Amino acid sequence: MPSWKDQMPSLGTLGPLIALVLACGFFALQSEQFLTGANFSLILQQVMVVGLIAIGQTLIILTAGIDLSCGMVMALGGVVMTKMAHDHGLHPIVAISIGFAVTAGFGLINGLLVTRIKLPSFIVTLGTMNIAFALTQLYSQSQTITDLPAGMTLLGNTFAIGQTQVAYGTVVMLAMYALSWLWLRDTATGRHIYAVGNNPEATRLTGIATHKVLLLVYVLAGLCYGLAALLSVARTGVGDPNAGQTENLDAITAVVLGGTSLFGGRGMIIGSLIGALIVGVFRNGLTLMGVSSVYQILITGILVILAVATDQLSRKGGR
Amino acid sequence: MSAITELEPSTHSLNIDPRPLVLQAKGLVKRYGQVTALDGADFELRAGEIMAVIGDNGAGKSSLIKALSGAISPDSGEILLDGQPVVLKSPIDARRAGIETVYQDLAVAPAMTIAENLFLGREIRRNDVLGQWFGALDKRKMLEDSIAYMQELKIGIRSMSQAVETLSGGQRQGVAVARAAAFARHVVIMDEPTAALGVKEGNMVLELIRNVRDRGLPVVLISHNMPHVFEIADRIHVARLGRRAAILNPKAITMSDAVAVMTGAMKPADIPPHWLAQ
Ligand SMILES: Nc1ncnc2c1ncn2[C@@H]1O[C@H](COP(=O)(O)OP(=O)(O)OP(=O)(O)O)[C@@H](O)[C@H]1O
Ligand SMILES: [Mg+2]
Repeated sequence: MPSWKDQMPSLGTLGPLIALVLACGFFALQSEQFLTGANFSLILQQVMVVGLIAIGQTLIILTAGIDLSCGMVMALGGVVMTKMAHDHGLHPIVAISIGFAVTAGFGLINGLLVTRIKLPSFIVTLGTMNIAFALTQLYSQSQTITDLPAGMTLLGNTFAIGQTQVAYGTVVMLAMYALSWLWLRDTATGRHIYAVGNNPEATRLTGIATHKVLLLVYVLAGLCYGLAALLSVARTGVGDPNAGQTENLDAITAVVLGGTSLFGGRGMIIGSLIGALIVGVFRNGLTLMGVSSVYQILITGILVILAVATDQLSRKGGR
Repeated sequence: MSAITELEPSTHSLNIDPRPLVLQAKGLVKRYGQVTALDGADFELRAGEIMAVIGDNGAGKSSLIKALSGAISPDSGEILLDGQPVVLKSPIDARRAGIETVYQDLAVAPAMTIAENLFLGREIRRNDVLGQWFGALDKRKMLEDSIAYMQELKIGIRSMSQAVETLSGGQRQGVAVARAAAFARHVVIMDEPTAALGVKEGNMVLELIRNVRDRGLPVVLISHNMPHVFEIADRIHVARLGRRAAILNPKAITMSDAVAVMTGAMKPADIPPHWLAQ
């Protein structure tokens, strides 16, 4: 029988949660507007795009990789799906599917380069980041795509819980977290992702097709970026060729703040949601306090270094 | 077919032993460029025995064991499992054939639990809709089976849901051995399983290897540790210059006799017959 201790999330996941609660407490004391349903709904909306990208990013980081192209691939997906709907008049479902195909295709290319040519993911995705950015600008001619059919922005609509308006997109994000959490925790493939990040050679020797696991992870991450693109379009109402630029690093920040180890094989996907919320809460709270956005960036940077240092130190201590 | 006419001269050991041959290799050759790692190496393993493999550095022990576990494919020669020729193109092939290997460098996933490590790549799914449709794992069953395996091998670890990295070196090796023993149908191969361990932990793993044999699985044990070899082996395969110099009987010889064969101070042709194992 598993004891209660084994069922408890480790300190690695409790730490970020405590940080989130402390941050909320701090901002609640600083601003009366902070602790309102409307403000929390706003934070969730501000966080939903980063949150979804962070799901894909977590999968990749769990395998001891990293994806620097995530935000740029999302921007490309957003531009493709909106141009398909606007310029070519395709049905939103078709347009969105084509956008998803493009982001998944980028995931596939990243995955193939990592598994077949054995390039480090850092370098591969540095390349595809630039390629995706250039393609986005070329294809959109750096123009924002407006006048979208209503079907493209459905997930930006809201429904009421009591007094508070909640966007459908935030529900999609939360549902995706729940799904991927269960999948990683309770299926063989999910556990294999952890195993590959832990000890790829040992995993291969047990007979697991580690290349297939990695390829799947990169393609699924691409699909997450596609869904993030759809949420971004729904939230802003336009196809924005300059989307994804803050999200690109914010997503990595969220994963790291959430306690997933950059060395792979350790962490929980729910941590990334908490990490994304920490970033969102700091941005929102500091804005409410009237602190300039430059300081927000400064504080995010400090948080990331703290999180990575904790990871490194706990790893050393654990040996 | 010409290989058959070149059978080794030591025919006196043929078919005297009633225990069936489980694993056999004949005339294995493996070259790396100019270097010949295996130069016509033979090997045999009988049911229910512990066969130690000793030899000087570069004698071809690891190459032999890698060929037997599918990690390298020999340039020529054949491998027989239960008398049937098998081709092992990868460790996965070997595993499918029932040969499990414990690798020297503790092949475990450190952050994962003992139960997860035992079942890695062989997870059990739930028997209900969740399992059949969504691939949900039967964690309870895997946990219970893990406890049973570990008890059977008398490995005293309390919680199967603790991460492997929290274990001592000997306990970790115990997990790797238990995994091999749990899933091997024919043979367990262990490459230097006690090399990284202290005296107490080393003895624990030796005991574990005996338990594996007593469960009916033959064991191939590569070791540089002569006292360990003499304590546990039923027979000793001496590798020298890419070949098998002899199969020695540890009960009939001393350690320095074994070293003499290993280093070539005693030529294979001069070995007294009573040193040889049947
Ligand atoms: N991958 C390889 N490439 C080139 N040469 C190799 C390779 N593997 C083994 N050899 C050579 O083949 C010979 C036998 O090596 P092997 O590793 O089988 O010896 P060993 O008996 O296991 O030695 P040790 O006790 O040092 O582990 C050595 O001369 C070695 O240098
Ligand atoms: Mg060796």
